Formats: sequence, C-alpha cells, structure tokens
Amino acid sequence: MALNRLFRRRRTSGGGRDVPDLWLKCPACEAQIYKKDLEANLMVCPECGYHFRMSAENRVRLLADENSFAQTSGAVRPVDALHFSDTAPYQERLERYQQKTGKSDAIYGGSCTIGGVPAMLFVMDYDFAGGSMGSVVGEELTRGAEQAASEGRAFVTVSSSGGARMQEAALSLMQMAKTTMALDRLWEKRLPYVSIMADPTTGGVTASFAALGDVVLAEPGALIGFAGPRVIKQTIRQDLPEGFQRSEFLLQKGMLDQVVKRQDLKETLARILRLLHPEGGRDGA
Amino acid sequence: MALEFEQPILELEARIRELNEYAEEKGVDLGDEIELLQRKLDSLQKEVFSGLSRWQRVQLARAPGRPTTLDVLQTIFEDFTELHGDRAFADDPAIVAGIARFAGRSVAVAGHQKGKTTKDNIHRNFGMPHPEGYRKAMRMMDLADRFSMPFISLIDTPGAYPGISAEERGQAWVIAQSIQRMGRLRVPAIAVILGEGGSGGALAIGVGNRVLIMENAWYSVISPESCAAILWHDASQAERAADALRLTARDLKELGVVDEIVKEPAGGAHRDPQASMRELSKTISATLEELSGMNPDELLQDRYRRFRGMGAFDSG
Repeated sequence: MALNRLFRRRRTSGGGRDVPDLWLKCPACEAQIYKKDLEANLMVCPECGYHFRMSAENRVRLLADENSFAQTSGAVRPVDALHFSDTAPYQERLERYQQKTGKSDAIYGGSCTIGGVPAMLFVMDYDFAGGSMGSVVGEELTRGAEQAASEGRAFVTVSSSGGARMQEAALSLMQMAKTTMALDRLWEKRLPYVSIMADPTTGGVTASFAALGDVVLAEPGALIGFAGPRVIKQTIRQDLPEGFQRSEFLLQKGMLDQVVKRQDLKETLARILRLLHPEGGRDGA
Repeated sequence: MALEFEQPILELEARIRELNEYAEEKGVDLGDEIELLQRKLDSLQKEVFSGLSRWQRVQLARAPGRPTTLDVLQTIFEDFTELHGDRAFADDPAIVAGIARFAGRSVAVAGHQKGKTTKDNIHRNFGMPHPEGYRKAMRMMDLADRFSMPFISLIDTPGAYPGISAEERGQAWVIAQSIQRMGRLRVPAIAVILGEGGSGGALAIGVGNRVLIMENAWYSVISPESCAAILWHDASQAERAADALRLTARDLKELGVVDEIVKEPAGGAHRDPQASMRELSKTISATLEELSGMNPDELLQDRYRRFRGMGAFDSG
C-alpha cells in the first residue's frame, strides 16, 4: 500500500524541459498543446482525450454548482507525531508541501450543491505528498461525512492518492478504519455517497472509503488498485498486461459502476445524486 | 533456523545440554562448570533479550516456531471447527476460519495462516490473502452476528497479496468491505496481532472493540523492507525503517493503536509457545469479560469511538 509514487516527479503538467511553459506535450499522443487550450478543455488533451491531473480547486469548480462552495477543510493541521525522518524530516516535507499547495494537508473540501442537491465535496490533492492519507485527511473526511449526515447532505469524494501516508505509519493505517466507519453515519440517514476515482487511486485510499461509494465512478485511464504496479512487478517478476489496473480494466472486472469522461462528470454526478438523495426527487418531492 | 542475535544463546544452551548429558552418561560431577555456564547464559539472555531493537523484534515476529493462528485455535480454543470457502470463488488457505469454543462460550474466528515448512508456506501463500480469504472472514462475521457470538481475529500477515490475481478480483474493494463489515459487528470483537500486522491486509480483520498485540509482534502501514525500498531505495535499510515506523507493541500502545500487550517468554514466543499461548488465553478471557456487559448498540458505539479517535493532528 505503499506510497511508491510519493517522491517521484509529477509525470504531467508543468511542461517538459524541451518546451516552453506555454506549451505542453501530451504524454499519450505526444501532441503539442497550448496550455490555455488544455485548461479550457478541463485539462483533457483535445487531440486524444488523455486526462491530465487537475488541481483540487479546479475540480471543485468543475463539480460544485456556481457560487455554492464553502470550504470547511483547513482548520486541522498535520503534526509529526512519530518524529519521522528519512532523507528529510517529515516536518520539513510538510512545510514544503504547504508552501507548494497553499493547503494544510492533502485534502480540500466543503459544503456545496451539485445539480441543486446539497452535498459535502472532498477532493484529494495529489500535489501534497502524493495525495496521501494521514491523520488530517482522515479527520477531514470523517468530519465531512459526519456533517453530511447531520445536515442531510450527500457525500462526494474525488480521490487522487498514492494511499496511506508512510510518515504517519500506524496512525495513517488507522485512518482507513476511521473513514470507512464514518460512512455508516450516511448509511443510517439514507444519504448517498458517490466516490470518484481520478488518477491515481491506490493503496489504503482505494482499500477504504474510496471503494465503498454507493456508486463508484472513475475517470478514463486512471491508475486504480491496491498494490502499485512496481510492487506487483517485483512480486511476480513478470511484465504487467497492457491496461492492467486502469479504469477500463476495473470496469470490465466489475469494480466500477462507470468510467466517465471529465466533460460529462458533473452532469453524471448530478443525475446520480438527484436519483438517490431525498431532496433530489427520490420520494417524488 | 536461528535468528542471528539468538545464536550465542543457543550455542551456550547446547553446550550446557551436552555437559549435562555427558555428566549423566559418565557419572561424573560437572555441577560447578554447568552452574558457571548457566550463570553466563542467564546474563547473556538478560543482555540480549532486554535490549531488543525494533528490527530484532520484527525478526522475532517472523521466527519459525512462533505460534500460528492454527496453533492458537487448536491450543487455547476448544472444538475448533474449520469452515472453508467464500461461496463465490474459492477457499483461500492464507486465512483459516471457523467456529470454536472459548472459555465455555461459542465464538467465530478468522486469522491469517502462515506455513511451518516451505511447502506449507507456498500452500498458504506466506499468509498473504487473496480477496476470497477476506470474503471467508466476512462470512464468519455474519455467523457471529447471526448467533450472537463474539468474533475473534488472529492477525499474522506480511500484507495482502500484491499480485495480478488479487488485483483483478478486487483486493482493495474486499479489504474495504471487510473493514466495514467488522466495524458493523453487533457482538464483541477482539483482534489479536500474533506476529506480523502488515498494513491493510491486517487491518481488514483488525477492527476490534479491543486490539491486543503479542509483545514481539509488529503492526504498521508498510513492512520495514518495503518502507526502506521506497525511502532509501534500499531494502537493507529495513532496520532504520523499523525505527522510523515505530511499529512495536510498546510504540503502538503509546500511539493508542493497541489496547493491551500480551507478554511473551524471554526471547520470544517461539522459545516457549505453550507459555505464550497461555498468556494470550488469559488476556482474551479478561477482554471478553470486559466487553460482556455491553449491549449490541453499545458495542457498535464503542468501536466507532475507538477508531474515531485515531490520529494525531493540531486543530488549532
């Protein structure tokens, strides 16, 4: 469940070394894309449909109804309870990620409406420690689910995470149980939970709340799984089949409800929430 | 196969045994020599076993001869009746499950099973379950609820199996479901970390009202070897990783992740499996007693509270 991608350089956005910042090269079709065009197209390659990673803020802009979002995340701040240090102290890493992302930890969320349905929306930020789940991410999600339950809101998560955060060790592991159990608050109130898996969703995030949506959606081509591809390769000492652990593969294996293009994500999500949420007309209201 | 740091102790023990045998055979009195060696052994044991590093404890958690789930089920439980299969795909030998009697009452049980020999270990997949193993465990949780029996899990896995077969059958999904199912139990749930508590594959059956841990077991988000491979790109840095992860019983008690440490004989459970299992039996007994006063709703709330409080952060 390792965070094996945590310290690797982001593979997309920001541009390759050989092209100026205004232009990006699509890693799938190698087309040169004007950055503004890419942003206007929701960070999806206009040539081949490759889905680049998207910032958490843009993700919220994409999914929440206009002017409806009120941030609740950010009040909880990470601490280095284990005094963890590898090639750099965890505390230093945290400060660096905080500077880079302007967030206290790897999650951004709050209340909003989605297609008119009241919801709590939480998006993981891959730019912060690989979107890994430590104590803060676990607490924010738990508070979010509890608030959704007490205010009658739907719960929506967008995952983009390497899994549980290694630097908080057993405390990170416990967040898997904590977030999973928090979902039952929604269950008791018959409130829907929709989990959206973006690239990548692996390890302890997949193996806890993200897998447990009443409906589970994924973006095209997202890497989704329990163990990372590198770990699997080391275990079996074979090359992995093409498309293995990608959204389309998991849909075929029965693990996802739908693979949804980013352009259609808002509309699909809103339709599902209206069908399942009591205020969306489920009871003929 | 002895652990490196036990070697001098084992050698000294063998020497004392030889001398005893020789003295008996030849009818000579070697009492003084033997006593001297015995004293040397005692102080050597004290020195080695009292200052065990985290990494040495990880090795003890994996030591051959350490009680496995089946040893525990066949020793401190009565009438253990193994139940097989997940009713969907297959029976997973990496998890054993069933019903049994503990201290006079019926219980449902599930635990990771490692092998004792290489052949057995291959059959058991080194205690690394596939999705069908967790589905079998969830069947036991269903049985526990249906017949109002406590559910007891025994954890001993390096991790859930990271392979193609497991991934394509939904390893992540089934671990999440198992965590959720165990969290919903309306009966007392006790999780015991016997040896290795490797990540989500361990937590899947670790959602107890109380979590017990053997003195030399470890439990963390990742194994020290894999952690070292990621952080230092060098699996041989596992000793450093073990320290960084703070994965021992005592560490976890301090972090609030476990509730009770079950004492092991000096030098580890494998040096006296019977004594260590007797100790475990006492602790499970006391824990069941403690939980017996709670009704189903209270048990559910107790478990939610336990895990709701996990984590360290600053809420400003």
